[in-house]
This record gives sequence, C-alpha cells and structure tokens, in this order.
Amino acid sequence: MTDAPDKSDIAKKPRASSFLAAMSKAAPTKPGEIYGVPGQGSTMWLSIGSILFFIFVWWLFTFMGWVKPLFVPSPGAILTKFVSIWQNGFTNTPFLEHVAVSTARVFGAFALACIVGIPLGLAMGMSPLIRGIFDPPIEFYRPIPPLAYLPLMIIWFGIGETSKVLLIFLSVFAPVALGARSGVKSAAIEQIHAAYSFGATRWQVLRHVILPSALPEILTAMRIGIGFGWTTLVAAEMVAATEGLGYMVLSASQFLQTSTVMMGIIVIAIIAYAFDLLMRFVERRVVPWKGRM
Amino acid sequence: MGLNISNASVIYPASGGRKPVAALQNIELSIDDGEFVVALGASGCGKSTLLNLIAGFLSPTDGAILLDGQRVEGPGADRSVVFQKHALLPWLNVIDNVAFGLKMQNVAPQKRYEVAEKFVALLGLDGFQKSPVYMLSGGMQQRVGIARALTCDPKVLLMDEPLGALDALTREKAQELILGIWHRTQKSVFFITHDVEEALFMGTRLIVMSPRPGRIAHRFDLPFSRRFLGGTPARAVKASPEFIALREEVLRIIFADEEAAA
Repeated sequence: MTDAPDKSDIAKKPRASSFLAAMSKAAPTKPGEIYGVPGQGSTMWLSIGSILFFIFVWWLFTFMGWVKPLFVPSPGAILTKFVSIWQNGFTNTPFLEHVAVSTARVFGAFALACIVGIPLGLAMGMSPLIRGIFDPPIEFYRPIPPLAYLPLMIIWFGIGETSKVLLIFLSVFAPVALGARSGVKSAAIEQIHAAYSFGATRWQVLRHVILPSALPEILTAMRIGIGFGWTTLVAAEMVAATEGLGYMVLSASQFLQTSTVMMGIIVIAIIAYAFDLLMRFVERRVVPWKGRM
Repeated sequence: MGLNISNASVIYPASGGRKPVAALQNIELSIDDGEFVVALGASGCGKSTLLNLIAGFLSPTDGAILLDGQRVEGPGADRSVVFQKHALLPWLNVIDNVAFGLKMQNVAPQKRYEVAEKFVALLGLDGFQKSPVYMLSGGMQQRVGIARALTCDPKVLLMDEPLGALDALTREKAQELILGIWHRTQKSVFFITHDVEEALFMGTRLIVMSPRPGRIAHRFDLPFSRRFLGGTPARAVKASPEFIALREEVLRIIFADEEAAA
C-alpha cells in the first residue's frame, strides 16, 4: 500500500481530477430552465433511440445465429407469430377474445377495487375508528405476493372466474385504499379552517375541501393499482384458465413456443402502457392544479 | 356590543415531561363595531392562538368570548378568516372561490354570484372571474381571499398575517386597499402582523403581545389610518414625526420584552 505511485499516474491525475470537477459542476442553464434542478431536459429522442438500439441488438443476435430461436426468437418471428395468432387464434380461441377476457378481468377487478377501496380509504383517513379496524388486515396482506395466497383463493372460491377476479382485486385494492387514505391529508389546514369559518359543516368540508384535494393522490394510486393488476393477471390465469393473455403465455411456455410467450408479454405491456397514458391524460384534465398551490 | 374577550386563558397541558404552557393568560380585549384592532408581537407570543380563540377553532381553558352578547362556541360565518396563504381552493376559479363561503351557507347560485361579483369588483379583480387561482400573483390571490371572507358579511373580519407573504411594494398597496374597504364596509377587523409599520398604519387600536405566558403587554390608540382615509398620502402618514416616534417606541418595547423573557 505504501508503494510510490507510478510517474505516469502522477502526470495523469491533475487532468483526470479537473475533468471530474468540471463534470460535477452544473452547467449554466438555457433560458426557460432553472439552474441546478435535478434531471431537467426532454428524454423523448433518447428513449426512441434506446428502443431502436435494443431492437437492433436483439435482431443482430438472432440474425447472426448467436442464440438459438428456442431461447430468443427474432423480432420478425414474433411479428409473424402475432399475425398468425391474430388470424387463426390460439388454442381455438380468437386472439381478440384472449385480449378481451384478460382486459375484462383486470378492469373488472380494478373497477371493483376502486368502488370499494376509495371510499374505504377515505373513511380510514377521516375516522380513527375505521382506520383502527381496517388498518391491520390491509397492512397484513398487502406485502404478501398474490402467488402465495392463490391456492387459498382456489380452495375457498373454486377454479372459476371468482377466484381470478378476486386475486387481481386484492392486488389493486391495497394501493388504491392506502392512496385514498393518505390523500385525505392533502388539504392544507388553512383551507379547512377557512371553510369552517365561512359556516361550513363537517360534511361540507369533506365534500368541498378534503375530497377535491385528495383527488390527485387518488388518481396516482389508481395508476399504481392498475399496474399491480396487470402484474397479477398471469398468476390469476395460472389455474384452470382456457382463455386470456396470461393463459396464452403460460400454456405457450409449456410447449416451448417462445415466440408466443414474448408476443403475449409485449401485448400485455402495450395495453398496460396505453391505459397509463390515458390515466395521465385524465390527470392533466381533471387536476391541472396538482402541485401548484 | 361587538366582541368581548374576558379573562381568557389557554393552557396547553403538560406532556412528555414538559411543564404546562400558558399560550394565553388573562386576556381582556373588546373590539367595538367598526374598530380595526391590530395584534403585534414576536412569534410565539400567542397572537395566532388569540385569533383561533376568536374564530372558535380553540376553546379557552378559562374565561369567555362573547360576540354581541352570545358566547362563541365554534367557528361561524360571523367571524370569517383571511389566512396568509394556502387557503384558496385551486380547483375553483376566482369567482367560485369568492362565492365559496356563500355556497357553504347554502345560498342559491344566482344570489351568491351576484354578491361575489360585487366583491370581485370591490377588490379590483374584474376580468379575472374565470381565471384559475393558481395562475394569479400572490397579491391577487390575497385579494381573492379577502373578497371571499367579505362575501360572508362577517361581524368581525379576522386576518392572520394576510400580507406576510407579499413583497414590500404589493404589501403597501394591499394595506391601502384593505383600509379603503374597511372604511367602506364599516367592518370590525382583528388583524395580526409582525410588521410594526403595518401595525401602526392600519389599526385604530394596537395591542402589543408578549410571550411566556402569552399576554397583552401594551395598548395604544392609533390616529394614522384615519389620517390616510382623510386624504393624506400613505407615505406622508408613515413619514410623519409622530408616526416615526411611536414606531421607535413600540420597537423598543418589543426588544425589551424579548430580553426580559430570555
């Protein structure tokens, strides 16, 4: 450790450290940006470039034959698979029916979770009684992976639609309820006091101050919740399903139809992403004031 | 008649090894109709506690607060509050924010917009009725807050450092605006500030508060706002020798109290 450093090392060091010093300083900003704000700047072109580069590397590996198609089929093979399943269906069920069944399961469970979870979460935020009662069960089951309690769902509710929707419901319910619960805290105490000083009743304060201020957090919780819903879909369709994208992915994997597996994954990702874009649009329209006061 | 606070104390109970804290002790204060009472003091002297007491957010440990002979038991529209900030509702535009108090009192929409329009005009917000409040400057947001409180036609208008977040220029203009409106509406006002010049300029009466325990340490009658309303320019009022002498006296008192308490 006490060895004298190499001479060339000494020569290089000042240059390296001055380069590091230059890198670690923020560059002066262009007009319209704020100096020192972390992570400023548009990433759209980089993102497009990153996707194209990823697909190119993928294509290169398969085209050069560096990996077997059994492990990684080429992008072209997946596109061909998509067209063929679109035309002929998968296991005698049309492709769009698989999409429709899965979408219905996820969105059905999502709607149910919102209908139950948002009011319950708000009630938990408003009332220590309700929070005391419902906080332990929700916090107990929330960190458990859905796959762990899937067998229980099947024992209790059979192999039909109920256990599938319930499994997805449970994975969406916790984040939505907890989001609504913490949303109750978003209203500034001045807003609440002002409303009371104008003669508002407790109910009016809830309806006209606390609910609207909770809306941004509720919408965010819904976005997070639906993400969990898609995550749980494949687990829900593991047992006794004959239709659905999760079923398609799982049964294709058993026959080593890797191209169908990857195609199914991409379709799920596209649907989930499209819905997320829709939710962001709704957010901009419904709560344009988010974070601005 | 008017507002009467007699022998009011607020004592926070002992907790976690700390002794009980007397936020307010033996407060005697009356605000007659049409008076403009300013409370001045360093932070922690109990001015906001006193306002919360009058507003009805807090009940006194001892003593009573009477408004026109009626005991104050909780908040109500006869004592509407203007806050320093964060009190407007960003999902409502200007006119709906101004009409919000009347909506809480279940006034019919047509009537409530009629009243709201009147105060929008009075506060110089004409043309901004449909603007989202989060797009307005701090000064304009404060005017929306004042208009909103006035629509409730309160007996006492409570103002909790309403100009504290404004820049110096906007602040002086807002002071003049508030005095003009006070003069026209003849409301009683209870106004909190920690700016000595503002306190002297705005009030008809000044109470200087001291901390530990929170109490009214000194009282002054003030002539300056009437001079301004009588036609003397605001800067001329604030630059008069009498004003400057009193300003220095009040500052001396506050610093002396601080040292005594420390």
